[in-house]
Amino acid sequence: MHNKSVAELSRELESGKISSVELTREYLGRLRKEDEQLNSFISITEDQALADARAADEQRAAGKATPWTGVPFAHKDIFCTNGVATTCGSKMLANFVPPYDATVTSNFRNAGAVCLGKTNMDEFAMGSSTESSYFGATTNPWGLSRGEKRVPGGSSGGSAAAVAARLVPAATATDTGGSIRQPAALCGVTGLKPTYGRVSRYGMIAFASSLDQGGTMARTAEDNALMLNVMAGFDPKDSTSIDREVPDYTATLDEPLKGLKIGLPKEYFTGNLSAAMEEQVRGAIREYEKLGATVKEVSLPHADLAIAAYYVIAPAEASANLSRFDGARYGYRCKDPKDLLDMYTRTRAEGFGEEVKRRILVGTYALSAGYFDAYYLKAQKVRRLIQQDFINAFKEVDVLMSPTTPSPAFVQGEKTSDPVTMYLEDVFTIAINLAGIPAMSVPAGFVDGLPVGLQIIGDYFSEARLLNAAHQFQQVTDWHQREPQ
Amino acid sequence: MTISRKDIEKVAVLARIRVDDQQVSALEKDLGNILDLVDQLSAADTDSVEPMAHPLNAVQRLRPDEVTESNQREAFQAIAPATENGLYLVPRVIE
Amino acid sequence: MQWDIVIGLEIHVQLATRTKIFSGSSTAYGAEPNTQANAVDLAMPGTLPVPNEQAFRYAVMFGLAVNAEIERRSVFERKNYFYPDLPKGYQTTQLERPIVGPGYVDIDLANGETKRVRIHHAHLEEDAGKSLHEDFHGMTGIDLNRAGTPLIEVVTEPDMTNADEAVAFAKKLHGIVTSLGICDGDMSQGSMRFDVNISLKPKGSETLGTRTETKNLNSFRFMEQAIAHEVERQMDILEDGGTIVQETRLYNGDRDESRSMRTKEEANDYRYFPCPDLLPVEIDDAFIDEARNSLPELPDARKARFMDQYGLNDYDAGLLAGDSKLAAFFEAAAERGKDAKLASNWVQGEFSARLNAEEKSVAQSPITGAQLGDLVVRIADNTISSAGAKKVFEALWSGENDNVDAIIDAKGLKQVSDTGELEKMVDEVLASMPDQVAQYQQESDPKKQKKMLGGFMGPLMKASKGQGNPKLFNEILVRKLGG
Repeated sequence: MHNKSVAELSRELESGKISSVELTREYLGRLRKEDEQLNSFISITEDQALADARAADEQRAAGKATPWTGVPFAHKDIFCTNGVATTCGSKMLANFVPPYDATVTSNFRNAGAVCLGKTNMDEFAMGSSTESSYFGATTNPWGLSRGEKRVPGGSSGGSAAAVAARLVPAATATDTGGSIRQPAALCGVTGLKPTYGRVSRYGMIAFASSLDQGGTMARTAEDNALMLNVMAGFDPKDSTSIDREVPDYTATLDEPLKGLKIGLPKEYFTGNLSAAMEEQVRGAIREYEKLGATVKEVSLPHADLAIAAYYVIAPAEASANLSRFDGARYGYRCKDPKDLLDMYTRTRAEGFGEEVKRRILVGTYALSAGYFDAYYLKAQKVRRLIQQDFINAFKEVDVLMSPTTPSPAFVQGEKTSDPVTMYLEDVFTIAINLAGIPAMSVPAGFVDGLPVGLQIIGDYFSEARLLNAAHQFQQVTDWHQREPQ
Repeated sequence: MTISRKDIEKVAVLARIRVDDQQVSALEKDLGNILDLVDQLSAADTDSVEPMAHPLNAVQRLRPDEVTESNQREAFQAIAPATENGLYLVPRVIE
Repeated sequence: MQWDIVIGLEIHVQLATRTKIFSGSSTAYGAEPNTQANAVDLAMPGTLPVPNEQAFRYAVMFGLAVNAEIERRSVFERKNYFYPDLPKGYQTTQLERPIVGPGYVDIDLANGETKRVRIHHAHLEEDAGKSLHEDFHGMTGIDLNRAGTPLIEVVTEPDMTNADEAVAFAKKLHGIVTSLGICDGDMSQGSMRFDVNISLKPKGSETLGTRTETKNLNSFRFMEQAIAHEVERQMDILEDGGTIVQETRLYNGDRDESRSMRTKEEANDYRYFPCPDLLPVEIDDAFIDEARNSLPELPDARKARFMDQYGLNDYDAGLLAGDSKLAAFFEAAAERGKDAKLASNWVQGEFSARLNAEEKSVAQSPITGAQLGDLVVRIADNTISSAGAKKVFEALWSGENDNVDAIIDAKGLKQVSDTGELEKMVDEVLASMPDQVAQYQQESDPKKQKKMLGGFMGPLMKASKGQGNPKLFNEILVRKLGG
């Protein structure tokens, strides 16, 4: 049962072969057992899940089912869940139980889906390895059988590891610089970061507001489409959400790819990439050619500036977004503060982890008097150049393809000592967030027994086309079905 | 660009994060490395480029002036570190 | 040494919207603490701002009323600083592209001249909550009901040269925003708060001196006092050869003292940057036209109308027209009383004096303009004397009775205006005062004669038990004595 996709589970529930309560029990049992090794969940909400499952069975019996009614899944612990702790992987919010739902959360609730718990993540979504969580690192299920403890990527490493290990068929995730695609690649699952503004950010704890985007993670492209059907849409509570029709993303999955024009950004196939990785990615692209696509090289001339621009803009926005964590109204407060300043400085020193503090300080510095123009304003200008690169590329081709990451999953601890080394993990993903366009990572092979991701990048609001391209690829390959031992 | 200890102490005050001397030393190295990375920006020719604050070229929607929220003080203050008589309590400002 | 005083103002005007600038929480004043502070206002994690259209409409109306340019594409910035009454750790405000651009307001000076004060800009922003420093076991209590209330901050050019001008400007602005209905104007509740920037320079000098900012003045009187106080303080320092420190000062009106809050060196680095949770706000012609069409009569137009319609002089018309509520009160009194000048005298005299004495606003007045109008009718038709009128006013004010005629009857304030009866009394009094009559008749200076008439009024009022119509008594006396 645990190898079934959301689409399959939905059909089994509909046919009455299994009830949501039975399914939920089975998943919860497996989750309790298997997650001890992985630590992919911060909290498992067993009672709530079973109550939701019972309600889902009643809904289905009453003939009021959606494709999601009774299907188990999990939320990244960045989405606020009414009455359930929402920690963002931080000591600061370790005991924070919001009295409200994120829009994404209520969308899944309304669809009748059964949330099993909250998945682990890098603290405040700042990281590429899920090692900075206050609740301990998550381990990638790949490599475990060889006794290796590898990272699942991050920041949505909990969601990726849980989906890869078949603990849940699907999980929500967020992506600010690669936080869906990079862990999806490293764990061998399929993930989609939608166009900025496609999914509401309300109740999704902010890291960098102009880059953050909620998205999907599952094993198949079809399941990603089913998720996006629930998540996408205009939200009056989010000023940056876009009022634009939401198509049925499953409706176009089967369209043939004949004539699809694929661009390969030459800047993404250079130095950073190992020969073995490149071989896997090129192999995947050959599959697309077999499916009738044409391939040409394109250029994103400002690609090498993306990381620099990102590490000004994201920390700058974060430095303000995280000011609300001050110990006054919710969350952590230091013990026995002697005055207000002491409360602020100790609460924030003790409540935030090292990487979060580093980014707040970098962002504060970049915005401070005398540096604003050289850093923040300059980065915003470079951001436009990067966006223009993509706009130009999409005049020539329909989608861009590249590796998602420069290398497969690395060993825990390998990159924690040097923040900059960690930042380079996102070298192929980060520009997409700066531009605000959608992109996916699709399992496309293995190197040394570790999954490799193919990144498919699309123009604004081209999610349906990306899902279609990924789905067609998954009809002729089985990389996404491989299961870690 | 290098960042000095004094700069770090200054931004730590602005950001209201306590840092001890040892942390300042570590931050001097880490933030220095990050800023070295960021300094690549200066190579870009951005004359006559408009800064980009948002990915989408959209304009702000405005909300009608109608009360949509009701009193939920109890729920919000149940998760507060300290309250009394409906007020959030914080330590005094010592000037 | 002679000094020029240079004054600029920053005025925070709380907009009278139903809801907050970025959330659907009510802005009603006086609710229990934190009952109007919801997820967005409390800066709960993941919550996002959505701006209130009415705040923009009000800001545009203000801009049009002060002859300003409206910014078609305005942007919100974050101003970063930590304080417990600021839940997000930043204030959402406008810096680079405020909604209201340069404009001006003309003020009337005491010497009858008009002076133009330029407005640099006005921007929309959110108000902070309130810190209550009463004793909570040595802690501070925070009420966030006010957090997120929409404000426009109006910033003037340093065009004012003394406290009178600054106060005249402040009152004018108060009149404009209350006439527009975009602010309730209640300064005691903080609906308008003034910051005053003051510097001195040697008379005639082109170079501006170092300025100080005195913050949060919430009455015109305190503003006047604070300016006088600060000018004197700076003058003392400069004349002793000292230098002014650029700083923010806090004025204590009750003690007439000020103290430094922070100097420029300690000034925060606010790290303004565009708020990524909000998009640029585009205001189109239709929106501006709609706002323009909804503009009510403004103080300048009203003043002209009062002069024209009611025959008031420039000073009276300006004073009554300046405050929309006072103007409405006057108009009700004048319409009912049929004697605009008398109504004007009473509104500016007894009525305003009582409001001031009891620190009440026009809205809090226990009497209506129509009631005062009824009183004016009875004064004008000689039913009551002015002394009697004061008694009627008193009874109305105290709520003893709300009907003017009923009060006159109950208190027996009706004047005797029967000339036959009055003539009889005059005859009797003149007969009892032959010496004074002779004196009067021998006096050739009419001015002195007029004065001497007073000597007969006392006994006449006594004879009539205070109810004789003094005007008629006077007429009869003149006739009989001069006869």
